[in-house]
Amino acid sequence: METALSALVGVFFAVSIYLMLSKHMIRILLGVAILGNGVNLLIFTAGRLVRDVPPIIPLDLNVPQAGIANPLPQALVLTAIVIAFAFFAFLLVLTYRAYQTLGTDDTEHMRVAEPEGESPPPMSY
Amino acid sequence: MRTVIFRTVAPYLTSLMVLFSIFVLLRGHNEPGGGFIGGLIAASAFAVYGIACGVSPVRRAMYFHPMALSGFGLLLATLSGLLSLFFDVPFLTGLWTSPHLFGVELDLSTPLFFDIGVYFVVVGSITSVALALEEREKS
Amino acid sequence: MAGTSEKNVDLTGIMISTPTEPGDWLIIAPMVICLGFGASLLMFRKETGQHAIVAMFALGLLVLSDIALLMRVLEKGVISMTMGRWLPPFGISFTVDALGATLALTSAVVAFIVAGYAVGSAGTSQRRYGFFPFLLLLMAGVSGSFLTGDIFNLYVWFEVLLIASFGLLILGSEKSQLDGATKYAFPNLVATTLFLVATGYLYGTFGTLNMADIARKAAGLRDTGPLMTLAVLYLFAFGMKAAAFPVNFWLPASYHTPRIVVSALFAGLLTKVGVYALLRTQLTLFSAERAVLGELIAWVAAATMIFGVLGALAQSDIRRLFGFVVVSGIGTMMAGLALGSPLGLSGTIVYAVHSMIVMTALYLLAGMIYERAGSFSLHSLSGLYASHPLLAAFALVLVLAAAGLPPFSGLWPKAFLVKAAIDVGAWWLAFAILLTALLTTIALGRVFALAFWRGPTGETGSAQPELSTHPALAYGALFALTTPVVIFGVYPEPLVQVAGSAAWSLLNGSEYIGAVFPSGSGQ
Repeated sequence: METALSALVGVFFAVSIYLMLSKHMIRILLGVAILGNGVNLLIFTAGRLVRDVPPIIPLDLNVPQAGIANPLPQALVLTAIVIAFAFFAFLLVLTYRAYQTLGTDDTEHMRVAEPEGESPPPMSY
Repeated sequence: MRTVIFRTVAPYLTSLMVLFSIFVLLRGHNEPGGGFIGGLIAASAFAVYGIACGVSPVRRAMYFHPMALSGFGLLLATLSGLLSLFFDVPFLTGLWTSPHLFGVELDLSTPLFFDIGVYFVVVGSITSVALALEEREKS
Repeated sequence: MAGTSEKNVDLTGIMISTPTEPGDWLIIAPMVICLGFGASLLMFRKETGQHAIVAMFALGLLVLSDIALLMRVLEKGVISMTMGRWLPPFGISFTVDALGATLALTSAVVAFIVAGYAVGSAGTSQRRYGFFPFLLLLMAGVSGSFLTGDIFNLYVWFEVLLIASFGLLILGSEKSQLDGATKYAFPNLVATTLFLVATGYLYGTFGTLNMADIARKAAGLRDTGPLMTLAVLYLFAFGMKAAAFPVNFWLPASYHTPRIVVSALFAGLLTKVGVYALLRTQLTLFSAERAVLGELIAWVAAATMIFGVLGALAQSDIRRLFGFVVVSGIGTMMAGLALGSPLGLSGTIVYAVHSMIVMTALYLLAGMIYERAGSFSLHSLSGLYASHPLLAAFALVLVLAAAGLPPFSGLWPKAFLVKAAIDVGAWWLAFAILLTALLTTIALGRVFALAFWRGPTGETGSAQPELSTHPALAYGALFALTTPVVIFGVYPEPLVQVAGSAAWSLLNGSEYIGAVFPSGSGQ
């Protein structure tokens, strides 16, 4: 099972890197989103996969049963999902605003902050 | 999206969803649920209301600005952790008390207030993003 | 679940039973102060008139608590506090050594001074958009990164400071800001995601996220675990955050776009958090791997230094020029990490403190120049020495300090690094440091010569000069930043001592581990 998931993580990474190599912001954005999901899957896999008992202590016991699933990766993944979600929302708004104001989502034409053809500083007084 | 049916149903749907979000928030105490998921439900409730009736009715209905709500949530969460300062235990320790109010035993704890804080942070931040996106849609 | 303790469960193995010392609360005080006051400012977002006062009070409190924290660390050694009464490694630990405390204190002082400058900027619009709440949240992220002892928690604080920096970067939403913010946001997000990838692998390998626990277990796993992969992944991720060559291009593309106070804050603080994370992971966690990687880090450091300063030489916009100088400084700090000797690390730590102060001051200087001359371009700036001699004096001090010339604070770290490089026979690295110092002198000296020294050319900038910042506060901020530069230049002993003990505790992990796991508990 770990092998299959590792391969899936690899596919996620490949897709996201391919998308991030694009010049267009929207594809980079999708690439980042997929990368985030790939990482979540990776953490989940790294925490070992077991098909045992859910990590919940039954009412009549004080300690969890033996062989429960590892809850920590799920907590980590949940945190990472929340953060990735917040960043995705922010970047979506940012990309959209940049597209509206700059009129392009092609990074090669986004040269407002670094104008082309700037002259070097004066060489003498 | 502003059909008559949707506009008529939306307020009831929103209020039901907010109610359900509070149920999920409190249920998160001992069972699946909690502040984050409850906050998401409430935020989607406000988003639905915004889609149906426009953004300014939502802002009026919420009364407080969404970012102010998340500020309140963050402050509440921080303070609930700070309470352990008075009990000689480290930051964010869960402290419990069970006062009897009106004949009912009530389990109060700092994790509960922390979770309510999380709820408000999520409601505030997600709603403000959703409303910002919905506002752009029109202009 | 209130009944758990009543059901006679033995809690001594999982929960802390000794009461917490009140002094240990200093460890988390910086984050609590920043988050609490930042949240209050968000709550009362309409009362922008009060924001400045509350924020200044909070930052003042932050400075005081960081001073107390540093004193406590110097007195008692590494201190630690684990959240929620769980025993480490089950709870999230905050572990503070001299390195973290020193950098946290410096960042707090810098933020306090920058906030003072921002109070003077008349722009109420800036306050309405929430400059001060974001500043406090940013400081929560920065302090948390410096003080945490848990690798996943470090990731969370990185994200806190990243989201606050996004907010600060687009205050005002001008065209160039949106452009710069895009180029800042994507690489930084990819870098933190890589950090998360590395952390996922690390958890899979070690089964723990507590840094002291990892450091303790690393020795046993060295033969079997893929520790070299982890070390390289962290090097790449934090190198990207710190703007090291070849992943440094986001910094000069974005740092000049926001308001000048924001630029100053970013230049002073953000890249240093990346450098701190590099030091922490490469030295505390993977010291044996770092020794192998030293050669690679040295090449990266040299390339960052040289290419950074070459970029600075080609710029005519002073803000972008300073951005490249920041990059070149990152290279200098990485040189100490590459060497890994106590002297080299002292150099890195002193340089980090120096760079936080000087880079912030340079950007504030750029802002003051713009308000007086109406331009950032070296083509139109001229004759400022005649019209503003006091500003010229500050500029000269900062230019010499950034270039590493005596009698200012830039001299000592560079001298340490050169000495440390020669000690291990890395002549070329010493040469790179010295060459960078020379080229920085030329690049910044030219700024001084053109903008201040040369007579008025008659060319004027695009904008009308407008004193939008209160001159007394602006000069006060500049004075407050320049004073430590001069003091550390003339009397560096205290700083060097603190840096030396920080370097020592970085290289001897036993103290760090011992603070979290007293007498080998939790095995």
